[in-house]
Amino acid sequence: MDRTTLEKLGPYAWRIPQTGSMRVPAVIYADEVLIDDMDTKVAEQITNVACLPGIVAAAYAMPDAHWGYGFPIGGVAAFDPDEGGVVSAGGVGFDISCGVRLLTTNLSRADIATQQEPFAHELSRTIPAGVGSRGRIELDEAEMAAMLAGGAAWAVAEGYGRNDDLERIEERGTMTGARPDLVSARALLRQRREMGTLGSGNHYLEVQSVAEIFDAEAARAFGLEVGQAVVMIHCGSRGLGHQIGTEYLREMALAAPAQGIVLPDRELACAPIDSELGQRYLGVLRAGVNCALANRQILTHLTRGVLERFFPGVRADLLYDVSHNTCKEETHVIDGRARRLFVHRKGATRSLGPDYPDLPPALTAIGQPVLIGGSMGTGSYVLVGDARSEAATLSSACHGAGRAMSRHEAARTWTGAGIQKELAARGIIVKSPSRRGIAEEAPGAYKSVERVVEVAERAGLARRVARLAPMICIKG
Amino acid sequence: MSCAWTHFPHEGDVGVQGFGADPAEAFANAARAMTAVLVPLDQITANEAVEITCEAPELEVLLVDWLNAVIYEMATRSMVFGDFRVVIDSNCLRATALGEPVEVVRHAPSVELKGATFTQLRVARQEDGRWLAQCVVDV
Repeated sequence: MDRTTLEKLGPYAWRIPQTGSMRVPAVIYADEVLIDDMDTKVAEQITNVACLPGIVAAAYAMPDAHWGYGFPIGGVAAFDPDEGGVVSAGGVGFDISCGVRLLTTNLSRADIATQQEPFAHELSRTIPAGVGSRGRIELDEAEMAAMLAGGAAWAVAEGYGRNDDLERIEERGTMTGARPDLVSARALLRQRREMGTLGSGNHYLEVQSVAEIFDAEAARAFGLEVGQAVVMIHCGSRGLGHQIGTEYLREMALAAPAQGIVLPDRELACAPIDSELGQRYLGVLRAGVNCALANRQILTHLTRGVLERFFPGVRADLLYDVSHNTCKEETHVIDGRARRLFVHRKGATRSLGPDYPDLPPALTAIGQPVLIGGSMGTGSYVLVGDARSEAATLSSACHGAGRAMSRHEAARTWTGAGIQKELAARGIIVKSPSRRGIAEEAPGAYKSVERVVEVAERAGLARRVARLAPMICIKG
Repeated sequence: MSCAWTHFPHEGDVGVQGFGADPAEAFANAARAMTAVLVPLDQITANEAVEITCEAPELEVLLVDWLNAVIYEMATRSMVFGDFRVVIDSNCLRATALGEPVEVVRHAPSVELKGATFTQLRVARQEDGRWLAQCVVDV
């Protein structure tokens, strides 16, 4: 990205001044290295977001921002319904409520190492992953409606997990306001065989070990210590979310002119929050969020089953579950006034500092876990929300490393077998039905997650708590 | 000879381009480009036919609808398609998608197609007279 078009606000923040049809400025959080590496399309896309009706404060790009569709991946924007604000299907994307959850265990890295290959094999047999895989759970119409209304709470009531999981999930496991009755028959059909499936691409289930602690107090509060084994699950709302995204992107893009909305990019498809279309999308979106929460809950249950078979009596507690593709109604203080806003985070993670009422009681004093997935060969991170992120980014932080290379180029550069062998030599077992998929997800195809989380910390978005090293990666 | 389809780079997802003597041929080739993201086309046996129809107010939206219809049929039928016959008449599309059921071991599909986007969306006649149909597909 050309720095000459930006105003430097500090070592980790850059502003695109409000010009032309922008309603607010845009702010990008990055150091000089990340900003130089960032695609010019990020500036273009975040500038377009700043043009949308009812946007408040600024359009924000996180340190891992990269070229997306409509919004950049790593984009955050909040809209005020009282000022004609919009809800945008393009601002959420196809993978509604894609997110990450982390299970802490009372196992050590050494415990896993003793049975690493058979344990990995059993996980790969149990967790349906990849294109063409089928979930073991098929829901009838009434069960599907209950799942879409209840989310993870539905899953727990059906026997997939524990009651105490729910307080460790955003919205306590259920996004209220869902309208399963408005979800299309096509979206329901697309989900029919996909409950409890991982998906493909950058979605994964990883067994990791805690390699490094940065913040001892937060690590204690999160139940993390060096050498401990943990499980990270990254996936979303599967076919149902993809179909909802498809349908509402089209409808909102075509309806925008009649609603008086000028879209700088049709992919920013949106509708006024208070319109019939806006309200209908919110109801369906929330059903999609519940689908993702239920899906990750079922995968958690399946994982616990495998853990129990290999390590009888093991504990696997949910540290937290947080989405990074979503739109949520939240209250934020803007210019000294509390305002009800609809905050879009597309490839960005909510990052609440201490004392927020939404936090589970055990985490109130320390803040929200911010879970950052890296690539399958590098580390992932647990961060904790920094109170300063409220003023900086409406309590948001990064979500991952971001790609440095296209899938096509990665598949030409590496082979899946070569990556598997290279990672095996480093003690990391990768299981996937697709060698090409492994090559496309090669660690070298991703940017350095280390720099992204360092910059997030220095910019006051979230503090590093622990680095997690992969041991087993189940990919689609 | 010029290529019938290709991919263009996008940081997180994938861009698909189809070319042809008319929009219908360009649309068919854009769909080939898209399904080739999943499985190399020479590994797909085109022995089952699925009929697809779409209608849109303009040609570019029709391309998005068409690619999304292909994604939907593949997802709900657990199929992969390797060939397409497309007819377009006044922004109405009728097509036959040819393929077979996904076999995870044999096809080893690399990544799921989530949806076709309006990003880099273009349907236009080029200077050489051939038609181009392109957009970014979320994977």
